[in-house]
Amino acid sequence: MATVLDSKVPSGPLGEKWEKHKFESKLVNPANRRKFSVIVVGTGLAGASAAASLGDMGYKVKAFCFQDSPRRAHSIAAQGGINAAKNYRNDGDSIYRLFYDTIKGGDYRAREANVHRLAQVSVNIIDQCVAQGVPFAREYGGLLDNRSFGGAQVSRTFYARGQTGQQLLLGAYSALTRQIHLKNVEMHTRSEMLDLVVVNGKARGIITRDLTTGKVERHSADAVLLCTGGYGNVFFLSTNAQGCNVTATWRAHRKGAFMANPCYTQIHPTCIPVHGEDQSKLTLMSESLRNDGRVWVPLKADDKRAAVDIPEAERDYFLERKYPAFGNLVPRDIASRNAKEVCDEGRGVGEGQAVYLDFAASIKRVGEDVIRDRYGNLFDMYAKITAENPYKTPMQIYPAVHYTMGGLWVDYNLQSTIPGLFVLGEANFSDHGANRLGASALMQGLADGYFVVPYTLGNYLGGTKLDPVDANAPEFAAAENDVNERVNKLLSVNGNKTPLQFHKELGKIMWNECGMARSKEGLEKALKVIPALREEFWSTVKVSGEAGEFNQQLERAGRVADFLEFGELFAKDALIREESCGGHFRTEHQTEEGEAKRDDENFAHVAAYEWTGKSGEQIRNVEQLVFENVKLTQRSYK
Amino acid sequence: MGSVVTSNGHSKMLNLTLQIWRQKNANTKGRMEEYKLKGVSTDMSFLEMLDMLNEQLVKEGKDPVAFDHDCREGICGMCGAVVNGYPHGPDEATTLCQTHMRSFSDGETITIEPWRAKAFPVIKDLAVNRSSFERIMESGGYVSIGTGGAPDGNAIPIPKEAADKAMDAAQCIGCGACVASCPNASAMLFVSAKVSHLAHLPQGQVERRDRVRNMVRAMDELGFGNCTNHGECEAVCPKEIKMENIALLNREYFKALV
Repeated sequence: MATVLDSKVPSGPLGEKWEKHKFESKLVNPANRRKFSVIVVGTGLAGASAAASLGDMGYKVKAFCFQDSPRRAHSIAAQGGINAAKNYRNDGDSIYRLFYDTIKGGDYRAREANVHRLAQVSVNIIDQCVAQGVPFAREYGGLLDNRSFGGAQVSRTFYARGQTGQQLLLGAYSALTRQIHLKNVEMHTRSEMLDLVVVNGKARGIITRDLTTGKVERHSADAVLLCTGGYGNVFFLSTNAQGCNVTATWRAHRKGAFMANPCYTQIHPTCIPVHGEDQSKLTLMSESLRNDGRVWVPLKADDKRAAVDIPEAERDYFLERKYPAFGNLVPRDIASRNAKEVCDEGRGVGEGQAVYLDFAASIKRVGEDVIRDRYGNLFDMYAKITAENPYKTPMQIYPAVHYTMGGLWVDYNLQSTIPGLFVLGEANFSDHGANRLGASALMQGLADGYFVVPYTLGNYLGGTKLDPVDANAPEFAAAENDVNERVNKLLSVNGNKTPLQFHKELGKIMWNECGMARSKEGLEKALKVIPALREEFWSTVKVSGEAGEFNQQLERAGRVADFLEFGELFAKDALIREESCGGHFRTEHQTEEGEAKRDDENFAHVAAYEWTGKSGEQIRNVEQLVFENVKLTQRSYK
Repeated sequence: MGSVVTSNGHSKMLNLTLQIWRQKNANTKGRMEEYKLKGVSTDMSFLEMLDMLNEQLVKEGKDPVAFDHDCREGICGMCGAVVNGYPHGPDEATTLCQTHMRSFSDGETITIEPWRAKAFPVIKDLAVNRSSFERIMESGGYVSIGTGGAPDGNAIPIPKEAADKAMDAAQCIGCGACVASCPNASAMLFVSAKVSHLAHLPQGQVERRDRVRNMVRAMDELGFGNCTNHGECEAVCPKEIKMENIALLNREYFKALV
């Protein structure tokens, strides 16, 4: 029997919902806040901003990250910028336009009210960050500079050179360190969450493993916030950091939190192409480069001439040709799919799986110095990895897995299907539909942490009867026992294949069958081979070392084990969603021009999966998406 | 340095001898151990070379080499080791994860050691405990504002030059290479980067004096040495943080004392 999902979206006009909801939400008075304890898992933009804000309000916060410092979370790698509807350019931007662009960019698969709230609070984020000392780029008059990003016809993106994510994270990290200093936040670094503890139907704690000593620990609280990022590493090769994983959200899923739209993955168009079998990660070249770079391939297939030797008339600037209104700045899913298409036609450059991103015209127009000022660090990074000079020869780029729009299902309050379990940032499914626009991930992470959860968590804590709980409760003992058993099981198989080998094999299946183009046949194949690989894992994996020590092989093994379950649900979701939308492209469902063809009649909904005790046998629940303000149309960027 | 090969040209294969620091944990003594590694592509990153070694070691039933790493794109600051005597290896302005094997030659012996400093105890092999950097940041590396109520981002114009200087200093990734390279194991470059970042901005003015006093005190108490102008830190910094920040730190410190 499918569960009815209540999104808890407030009634009333779109623009007034959030104000109304804030007013109607329960409050916890300042003197009482210290009586409530909150666990925050993950300290990227969402987690650090939430932990800092809640600590500042007076809650007793415990925060956890697996890195050696909160400053290392992968939010740091976001390069290009953060959107905000400030309309400082006087070019027609507004909260409604940012809302509309995001809904449209997400191919009409996101919840209207959440997206509108995101657009509303976007303006506060910039102010907050400036006040923290984030050194955003400025113009000579001293005011904040902006640039354009894909899927928008206004300049609303704020940036700090090519290191915007780094500077925003350092801002949130500084706010967090201040709260640590004030003893409002207790920080646990090098700690990985391995299970969620649910007591009387409510999230009341977590089980962690201290990665330095191997000690398994219990932590109890009145609410748990998961801010643990996305699951792109299910593909092995992605732009994610090595440590990014699905374990925290997957363990919560197994304890009752629904997993929503797992098949929605963003394949970013501008990454450095894959080379060799030993590669461990793919490197993103910021989308902002598409402001000044022109994407092209040779007009003819199998043209092996060097880029400079191909005359203008024999080049195909395919994005400018097909999408004159947005040109090189079409949304990411469209840019990626078109790059794949021209490579499939035999027109790829380099080793065949690449297209050019050419700055020659811009360098001629504004000069090399201006381009260096805008993108210097990105050009340097490209040169280091490829040993080529992008000021002289065009960059070669190809799409790579970058971001995951799916995640744990949450209602308007960012609360999952387990009361007391809140999910923020990339870890939830809420705001980007089937495709995220550039410069919106930073916006969402900080919106959730600074400006949404401080209100909605208060509403939960103020309006819920919470029995006292301590870490000696039997539920904690059982969860700790499960974690220990699992660790011991991983160490005792003692087979002949390493966790890394399994991870690479899973990644290949995911990329081939669940990547940029998905078919019924391929997905059915994935649903056979993933469980088989999982079975092989549990009978032949070799994990070296011991449980009670710093053991990176064991860390990876646990994460790969969860990816091997998650990958199956991913393929299942992709198979059932018989339509194309955003980053989910089913080859059976395309328009005559090869664009994604949605089926609004049957699939204008969120698919939220419920664990039933066995991998692959989840129940598919549905939240119907209601569009009261925008009209669903075929996306056009022409 | 080794020959430069382009990634879309033909990569070369290297056979290497590795001398690596092995230490079981903080309480045991470590030693250098030698490993042979064959068929290392010049297109691989340094950490991918270590991955390859570890796969080989695990299959041989030996303990793999522990090393910290995460983003592998030179921004998180998690990775780092002293390679042939240089923190982050031979390439200028480059983290270890962005160092590629094309910077080494066939037949070369490469020594790989952890950061060595009293304030960075070894956890295992090449992984060290840098929580002392956290304590320094907690002592004052922030503007003391809570969430909400911030004035409009354009309310206070900031000259582009000041914003750019703040950004230059703010690029520090907190990797600790400066400490590892310094004969005094000083954290002055790290501390000065944060002090300088906030000193250049109007938002940093209110707590300017307290910040520098508290951060310097924390640095001293945590066992870091002082700066005696060797300049090794600037030479190895992967983000090219300049020593002029240390001069600024000293100026700020003396101004705060009077």
